[in-house]
Amino acid sequence: MPRTIVPIGPYHPLQEEPEFFILTVEGETVVDIDLQIGYNHRGIEKLSERKTYDQVTFVVERVCGICSTSHPFAYTQAVEDLISVEAPPRAKFIRTIIAEGERLHSHLLWLGLAGHFLGYNTIFMWAWKLREEILDVMEILSGNRNNYAMFKVGGVWRDIQAQDIPQVLKKIESIIPTLEKLKKAVIDDPVLHARTKGIGILSKEAAIDYGAVGPTARASGVDRDIRKNCPYGAYDQIDWDMIVTQNGDVFDKVVIRINEMFESIKIIQQCLARLPQGPIDCVIKDIPPGEGIGHIEAPRGECFHYVRSDGTNRPVRHKIRAPTFMNLPTFKETVIGGTISDAAIVLAAIDPCYCCTERMAVRNRKGQTLWTGEDLIRLSQEKTAQIKTQMGQS
Amino acid sequence: MKRQELLQTLRERFPDEILGVFEKSPKRVYIQIQPDAIVRLAQYLFKEIRARFNIASGVDGRNQMEILYHFTVEDIDLVISLRVTLPKTKLEIASLTSVFTAAHWIEREIHELLGINFVGHPKLERLLLPEDWPEGVHPLRKDYQEWDPNAIRDRGV
Repeated sequence: MPRTIVPIGPYHPLQEEPEFFILTVEGETVVDIDLQIGYNHRGIEKLSERKTYDQVTFVVERVCGICSTSHPFAYTQAVEDLISVEAPPRAKFIRTIIAEGERLHSHLLWLGLAGHFLGYNTIFMWAWKLREEILDVMEILSGNRNNYAMFKVGGVWRDIQAQDIPQVLKKIESIIPTLEKLKKAVIDDPVLHARTKGIGILSKEAAIDYGAVGPTARASGVDRDIRKNCPYGAYDQIDWDMIVTQNGDVFDKVVIRINEMFESIKIIQQCLARLPQGPIDCVIKDIPPGEGIGHIEAPRGECFHYVRSDGTNRPVRHKIRAPTFMNLPTFKETVIGGTISDAAIVLAAIDPCYCCTERMAVRNRKGQTLWTGEDLIRLSQEKTAQIKTQMGQS
Repeated sequence: MKRQELLQTLRERFPDEILGVFEKSPKRVYIQIQPDAIVRLAQYLFKEIRARFNIASGVDGRNQMEILYHFTVEDIDLVISLRVTLPKTKLEIASLTSVFTAAHWIEREIHELLGINFVGHPKLERLLLPEDWPEGVHPLRKDYQEWDPNAIRDRGV
């Protein structure tokens, strides 16, 4: 059967971010996939070497808009590991609350998009409406709906006021019934079963071999969660369950994320109820030479930061590894052999985040002619022709 | 296996390969190893200890390059970083792609950003940098010079 190449991207109405998939299909079946990334490469690791330790917290917050807590969290953990200090208990609880709030809104965002990819826009509307409630909660707690700016090395910037807690708890509890309804609508829906069950299966062995993390790995039966295995923040003082499923298909990834949202609500409720008194940060005079590692469980999996210091006020090296960097290559396992109509949802099932993965240089074209619409069409056609010749077609 | 047992076993199994062990904190261990032993040690950690490969960090030092291979042993909450140092005259090390697939992308990234050659990598192509980026220019090196007069980049504070 003749092979055809279907390019998806770099700009495509279905994707929120620029990435370029090259699908090779035989009829309906995908036989090969290649991926080009780098459209979002902003050089944050290099930028980080020119900023002071306090400034880097805000730079890494802007690695990604959705996980704007995960990166500062992992970074502050890394610097605290470097200088061997721990944040005060109250700060740990506040950090946990913010991180779980972020997980809630991130999972809801993904659920909405997954529904949208399947052509099930009701879920999209419901999930995103629910997400607004979470964003309101985050606004009460941090003053921002996104990019919360709560983290600093050695603690947090902003305290949670006692008079805000009842209001937050009320809002969090009010979303539970809607979330239950949403869960039922998603998990019992025969159409969703048909579209997601047995599709895009990632085996346990492959998940381990690819080093997959987070919900992507846990859906394949890999029972690893940084919050449980390598506890940080307040996770070891709170009662919650790790969610693991065994099938590794898209449906299991949906189930994992929905169930994790209930766990997140549990964690936030307990944290708010048991919020210890005391200071919210500790004084850090200077950073000694040395190195530190911080890793935390972001909504998409483990986020890993490595910081090296030479005793000055700027890091010499700061390595950022976002969860999608490990999860993205599993496409080779999940997409090949399936049909092209399933490719979109399988590609979305790991909840990819490209700005995290690439973290990097906007090239200025100032003073030069800007691209016109015709130029862009021509560029796109040239690129397609180029790929075709590369793949041995004309 | 507990942490001390694990470190003891490692020392016994690889007496010549391990050059030094630095126990930074209860959860972090750094092990300096011979560069040519990386595949054997990674294989042991991944297959026998069931450690998960987190990522590798390349660091440009003054006289040499370093690569740290981070592994997490989740059962005992320990991050083991294998450190290799490479002389700037010979930036070459064996690829870990034969041990686990997880090494494919990061080796491509370190190759383009720092210019370290991974011997045995099946597809050592660019991952992040654009097509018009000149060959032999590695942006994460300390001696990196701006080559594009039109670029706006952060010049620090």
